[in-house]
Amino acid sequence: MAVPSYATRGERIWHYVFLVLCALIFLFLIGPLIVIIPLSFNAEPYFTFTPAMLHLDPAGYSLRWYQDFFSSSDWLNAIKNSFIVGISATILATVLGTVAALGLSSHHMPARGAIMTLLISPMIVPLIISAAAMFFFFSKINLAQTYAGVILAHTVLGIPFVVITVTATLSSFDTSLIRAAHSLGANPTRTFFKVVLPLVTPGVVSGALFAFITSFDEVVVVLFIAGPEQRTMPIQMWSGIREQISPTILAVATMLVILSILLLTTLELLRRRNERMRGISPG
Amino acid sequence: MSQSAPYPDPAMGAPDDAPTGAGAPSAGLTTADGVPLKKSLRRAVRRSKLKALLLVSPLLAFLVIAFVMPIFDMLWRSVDNPEVSTTLSRTVTALEGWDGQSIPDEPVFAALAADLREGQADRSLGLLASRLNYEKSGMRSAVMGSARRIARVEPPYKAALIDINDAWGELDTWQVIQRESSPYTLSYYLAALDRKYSPSGEIVQVPEYMQVYVNLFWRTLWMSAVITLTTLVLGYPIAFLLANLPLRHSNLLMILVLLPFWTSLLVRTTTWIAILQSQGVLNDMMVALGVIADDARWQMMHNKIGTIIAMTHILLPFMILPLYSVMKTIPPSYMHAARSLGGRPFLSFRRVYFPLTIPGMAAGSILVFILAIGYYITPALVGGQSGIFITNYIAYHMQTSLNWGLAAAIASILLFVVIALYMIFNRLVGVDKVKLG
Amino acid sequence: MLKSRLFKGTAMAAVGLSALSLAIGAHAQTLNIVSWGGAYSMSQQKAYNEPWMEKSGDKIVNIDRSGNALAGLRAQSQAGNVTWDLVDMLPADAKIACAEGLIEPIDHDAILADAPDGTPPSEDFVQGSLDECFIPQIVYSNIVAFNTEMFPEDHQPSTIADVFNLEEFPGKRALIRKPINNLEWALVADGVAPADVYDVLSTEEGVQRAFAKLDTIKDQVIWWTEGAQPPQLLADKEVAFASAYNGRMFNAQVSENQPFKIIWDAQVFELDGWVVPTGKLDKVKDYLYFATDTQRLADQAKYISYGPARKSSAPMVSTHAETGIPMKTHMPTYPPNFKTAIPKDNEFWADNNDELTQRFDAWLAQ
Repeated sequence: MAVPSYATRGERIWHYVFLVLCALIFLFLIGPLIVIIPLSFNAEPYFTFTPAMLHLDPAGYSLRWYQDFFSSSDWLNAIKNSFIVGISATILATVLGTVAALGLSSHHMPARGAIMTLLISPMIVPLIISAAAMFFFFSKINLAQTYAGVILAHTVLGIPFVVITVTATLSSFDTSLIRAAHSLGANPTRTFFKVVLPLVTPGVVSGALFAFITSFDEVVVVLFIAGPEQRTMPIQMWSGIREQISPTILAVATMLVILSILLLTTLELLRRRNERMRGISPG
Repeated sequence: MSQSAPYPDPAMGAPDDAPTGAGAPSAGLTTADGVPLKKSLRRAVRRSKLKALLLVSPLLAFLVIAFVMPIFDMLWRSVDNPEVSTTLSRTVTALEGWDGQSIPDEPVFAALAADLREGQADRSLGLLASRLNYEKSGMRSAVMGSARRIARVEPPYKAALIDINDAWGELDTWQVIQRESSPYTLSYYLAALDRKYSPSGEIVQVPEYMQVYVNLFWRTLWMSAVITLTTLVLGYPIAFLLANLPLRHSNLLMILVLLPFWTSLLVRTTTWIAILQSQGVLNDMMVALGVIADDARWQMMHNKIGTIIAMTHILLPFMILPLYSVMKTIPPSYMHAARSLGGRPFLSFRRVYFPLTIPGMAAGSILVFILAIGYYITPALVGGQSGIFITNYIAYHMQTSLNWGLAAAIASILLFVVIALYMIFNRLVGVDKVKLG
Repeated sequence: MLKSRLFKGTAMAAVGLSALSLAIGAHAQTLNIVSWGGAYSMSQQKAYNEPWMEKSGDKIVNIDRSGNALAGLRAQSQAGNVTWDLVDMLPADAKIACAEGLIEPIDHDAILADAPDGTPPSEDFVQGSLDECFIPQIVYSNIVAFNTEMFPEDHQPSTIADVFNLEEFPGKRALIRKPINNLEWALVADGVAPADVYDVLSTEEGVQRAFAKLDTIKDQVIWWTEGAQPPQLLADKEVAFASAYNGRMFNAQVSENQPFKIIWDAQVFELDGWVVPTGKLDKVKDYLYFATDTQRLADQAKYISYGPARKSSAPMVSTHAETGIPMKTHMPTYPPNFKTAIPKDNEFWADNNDELTQRFDAWLAQ
């Protein structure tokens, strides 16, 4: 966004003010995530920079909160639970969501708008309402306080993400490619695996990633319907923040920030691959 | 979750070299069987309709069971009122035809004694005692205390029960029992709106010193509005910058927007606690810089400010992404044209560019607003007393006070608000245009 | 000294015998035990759980959910899937759970151990503490503590009235976000005698008077919701005073060397104990017998400053396990601490908690 050559002096000044403003907003967005990383290496049990840390004294830093984390059976168990629930819910949501998206992208789908509205609604209904409703209902059918209950609940929450990403991929999918494959002698199965699947895969994978991170990050529903055996990482963090706030939380937070950087990179690579496959390269 | 991808989706037609037109529509081929074209077409359409429905049906069935039914169950629970009619069934029958003007007579008390005796034997009085206590304080011990002693009570029951607990000799006790004997009630909704039935059965406001929920609904709405506004003010310049930078640079900056979006909500809330608390990073920095004195640290947490700052941060990407996708579609030539026609920069912006971004602002604002009013975690952790939302009371009544009917009623009211907003959003943007960053 | 050692010896022998008899035919199992977390759970872990696990081979899973235990019990029983085996609960909640049939009625004399001298449990436990479904463990107390560094050495607060005195003792106060305790203290600070508190609070004028007194400090109060918050707030000097469970403050004092001092004036004390979810009695019977005997309750007092609920345990209370300081003076029941103590009236709160909580919330929102 260069300043055009005909810009007046006032405009130039405004331009730079604008850039500074944007920089400040970016700082607001990213700063907090950056700040916690050094804090998680604090040698003292405080949530703030100690003088030793500010003087870059190595004694001010330590890995004790990471050791805490990795030697705590509670945390390790919570991670295990998070993965069990997250992966199961992701698989369920991805399979159900992808199959449904194939139907939804058909031009002949009846009541498409209404159905889409319903499928997206778990994303819009406030979590606490879903959590309360599922708590009441799951209690009645013996699903509360079970892995199955938590997995089903997280599947519900993950479904909108899968449906949205896969239908988006399919809507930009050129159906003439299928006809082309047919006309070139491919049978439907072969067409599906050789033509449809490679083009849809990036959408499915990013939908699955969204579903996974939704489950991995979800605390309200688990808070209501999980029993002690299903304590997930967010629950462990939540009670940690509420009850005994310790820098171990910051160590966990730092690891989660790194996880989200990894996920984001994966998504970005997927997107590029997708565009390359369609013969569009980013500018 | 944006209504469009943060990256431009150039028209995604078929790659130029894809062979097109090689296969004519299949419907045309079936006429060879001698079936009229029209009929055959209709059959094909019906078949593909069926196929599409079949593909969607597993998911629909799943959602109905795991999501829609729970929601309806909750709505039902907000009016469900079984305690009095089942546990005090004899009393309720005996009360039929009671004039409501004087303390009932012995037959009613005898029925009550029988109900209490049975309830004490099968331990079913606890829920009744809680239910009546919501309507009239003191009923818990009236029910439980009388039940404990009911084995030794001898007729006449009227005198004996009133002797055990004065509440049985009070007119409004019986009015409450009669009123709540119906299997459905609006009491929970009334309570959720700071209202109640007067002894004579009219709906009245509770005294001012008991009013909690209406104020909190309003606070939730206005704080969400403030958060929406701050995300708009902060998000607009960023979206503008991203939309007008060359793609190579904007892609890089977009990562700065998406990273918080992809980071755990609890992590972001934790970071704000570390920053905002009075021994936190920001206050320490201000003290070190000499901006504030050590004993005059800013109170930025456990209040509205904390909630607004943290939630603005958390919801900002939800504003930037839709704004960006709309701005991306505005050709720069519009602004150039406005300028070349002699428009001053700000005038051109206001008259030409800004109006074109209104759909994006509307989409982003409704999205942020809907998400904000349903937030629970962040207000609960950083909001203190003045920064909490109505959602905290849903959790409170679910987990602490155990008044599940009231929790369901508050949740239902919130749900109606969200559904209304969702419909506006749908009308304005269309859910099927929602895309994810 | 000799006498006490002898006494301990017999007690140990008795426990050893009973454990031996229990071990026959017992098979290792996992017990899900719900408690309050923090220093309190730690004291239970050290005093009962670890010895029990060693003896029986059982595995004990600690669940910190006592704060929401009643809701949890209701949900589990409604789901027909009760996963909790034993729950640490306050007597008021236990009364409600008992009335709803969520927990087992207890025949204390049949299930629990006699005192070493043969006194049956019904006489050995603190008077009036045994309730139909409730097995007391400890006497705990709600107190206000302050950070001594926040006030000059020669002018330190000492009464509950000082907590309400902003002029002489400025600074923020951390109080529980509930009407319980706060209303009692407001009245005492306003001149009501501790013994009359609930009589006054039963009248509309009394409630108004309490709220009016709370009004005078309202804008200096930070309201806490979790038991671990007040020591933290006090240690961070976010507040000068904080109300808390006395054991938490004790723990911060001795284990973390925090400069805290407890104001025992107008402490609101009550019991805390075990309840057994319906259908779990057989599973936890052996553990309960062990964990509530005289020696175990006395042992617990080595780790946290809560008074044992058995009279026979009181003489055995000795010194803090880590620091070796005598525990007696830190107990809520220590006579000088106990002079102006208020016994929490659970009947009053069972009836009025719903209404007063809403009124309190409305007052907070003003």
